[in-house]
Amino acid sequence: MRKVIKNVSHLVLPLSVLTLLVIINLIKGADYFYITMVNGALYGNIPNILFGASELVILSIGMTLVTAASRGQDISIGETATITSAVFVLYVLQAQEVTLLTIVIGFLLSCVAGLLLGAFNGTLVSVFKVQPMVASLILFTGGRSIAFMIDGKLSPILANDLSNKIGTVIPGVPIQTPIILTVLFIVFVAVVFKTTTLRLYVESVGINPNAARLNGINPKKIIFITFLIMGFCSAVAGFIAVNKAGRHDSVNLLKLIMMDAILAVAIGGNSLGGGKFSISGSIIGAYTIEMLNRTLLRLEIDPAMIKVFKAVFIIILMVVASPVVRLYISRTMDKIRAWRSAAGRAPIPTTRAAGKKEQ
Amino acid sequence: MASANILKQKARLSNSNILFLIAAVIFVLMYLFAIISYPASFMQFQTFFDLFNLNAPLLIMTLGLCIVMIGGGIDISIGSVCGLITMACAVYLQSESGSIGGAILIALGIGIAFGILQGYLIAYLEIQPFIITLSGLFLAQGLLTTLHKDPINVTMPAFVRLRDFEFVITWLGTRNRLGVFIPCEIKPGTVLVVILLVILASLMKWSRFGRNVYAVGGNSHSALMLGVNVKRTIFITYVISGLTAGIAGFVYIMTTGAGNVGNAAGAEMKAIASAIIGGTLLNGGVGNLLGAPIGTLTLLVINELIRAAGVQSNFQAMVSGLLLYFFIVLQSIIMSLRDRKSIKTTLPPWLKLSDKQQVPSNQ
Repeated sequence: MRKVIKNVSHLVLPLSVLTLLVIINLIKGADYFYITMVNGALYGNIPNILFGASELVILSIGMTLVTAASRGQDISIGETATITSAVFVLYVLQAQEVTLLTIVIGFLLSCVAGLLLGAFNGTLVSVFKVQPMVASLILFTGGRSIAFMIDGKLSPILANDLSNKIGTVIPGVPIQTPIILTVLFIVFVAVVFKTTTLRLYVESVGINPNAARLNGINPKKIIFITFLIMGFCSAVAGFIAVNKAGRHDSVNLLKLIMMDAILAVAIGGNSLGGGKFSISGSIIGAYTIEMLNRTLLRLEIDPAMIKVFKAVFIIILMVVASPVVRLYISRTMDKIRAWRSAAGRAPIPTTRAAGKKEQ
Repeated sequence: MASANILKQKARLSNSNILFLIAAVIFVLMYLFAIISYPASFMQFQTFFDLFNLNAPLLIMTLGLCIVMIGGGIDISIGSVCGLITMACAVYLQSESGSIGGAILIALGIGIAFGILQGYLIAYLEIQPFIITLSGLFLAQGLLTTLHKDPINVTMPAFVRLRDFEFVITWLGTRNRLGVFIPCEIKPGTVLVVILLVILASLMKWSRFGRNVYAVGGNSHSALMLGVNVKRTIFITYVISGLTAGIAGFVYIMTTGAGNVGNAAGAEMKAIASAIIGGTLLNGGVGNLLGAPIGTLTLLVINELIRAAGVQSNFQAMVSGLLLYFFIVLQSIIMSLRDRKSIKTTLPPWLKLSDKQQVPSNQ
């Protein structure tokens, strides 16, 4: 039991936020979990959230790794995804007949492009020792213009049956395709982390690169690899996004998504200063952000005010989760426990986290 | 003065100075290049002053951001706060009770309020600065759209007079083709930039607070051991950043004379880029406030050059990205070369002056 609690303790923050949002939604209307069947696919609030957050989830996985290893954030993910999807669209449009093979080859090409862009950022960060945010500022500045150059014209339309299926539903399968792709990606990442020592290496580099180097881990290589993974994640996210949209809008595709991805990493209980990380936390964080956006829409808040509510919500969330407040809460809990001098039923994870801070 | 600092304060401040020198040299070379390639436009003093006149808000914001970055934090809300202030001032000035003094108070008030809120949360509750200032960005954008959605053109007579007011330098100027002498003009915003630069740079250089900021940014634990009030120092850096965002907001509306939803959008990224080109590191503890305007001017000259070269507008971003790449790599190579040399204590020929003085301080 204690082991389970220890494994779940870092998820307390994102899970409690998720629960809070569900409660707010249920108060607004009891039909929140209601799911309907339209044209053989499931629709409803929950599928919509899973559908809408698919790119964000994939990007936040990559962002977690980059943050953990390099102690900084990649702000060019949206731009990278735009470029890779431009490559994909270019390949698909020049083919006479769009078959499954065309899509797969296009996707692989876009992955290569993503890896190249990741290598570009990674080289700057690991070899030239530029801070990640500065290194990715270059692609952030020029990326959309590169994507426009690849497109050659404003927003080419991706009008074929297969991409439509990838973007929405495959007939006969009740779940939207982006959700399935996201789940497959998560499983893939989970398998990679189970079978390799990547997690250990990334964490040790993030905690102390010099100590990692003395122990025989090459920090440059690990940081470079995380940026490659980031590039791959961007390519997958760009692939999903462009198929969802049906056209490649090089100006607005995944615009400013890096803010949401970094937010997802932080809500997931990860430190933005590198070190230990939890990918499951980031995934839940990403879904939480999408849920928050949709909750604000569902509460029929004036569109102009949505950002204010989002900001206030995030601030409150971070205040509650901040180390000072946690310490205060744990002290109060201790006082109550001493006062009652009985077996306290204080939430264990909170106390432990605060205790760690005190050391 | 640069060498004196190296002598006194060892490696950290000398890092600041070397990065500042790199930025300054790059800027001068860039401007010389611009003059050589396009002598007709860049030779004029007015072109140089216009860089200040039109971009005074960005320059002011960069100053505040630079202080926050030296203190080891980051503030990405400044652009949106600036935009919010332009809109608030525009709405207020267009209302019946509008006055310029009130607008200045509103601008400073909103800026400081954001600074205090973010500073308190970051310094005293120890929340990650990126997240708090990101929500500050959302908050400011949301308030901006809530306040007013459509562009407002301020038509108040007193304000229009202020907007069109310019200092004319009669002894400096150019003759146009007809031989008519056109004197140079400087906007009040430019004067404000210079005043703020002098005040803030001397604050960072000579005051106790400035040195505390460097200490906290370099290593907050050691600063705490030395008896620096770390939390208050960080708090004040964010308040200063809010204040400069407020001033920038008022200067912005003084330049454009209109409130708009898109005002100063994306300025935070430009400000971060210019602070970095100016030699401030995101890690904190390293940076020179004089470098901030130089970084901004470098970015602006890049843009002007691209425009002068007639690059198609869609590819301008790509070219400025490339140039940014060039600078960042150059900076990194120079820094790493210098590190290697300082370990061996052999002197690179072109750095002889500063390194010679550094050797005794290392021993």
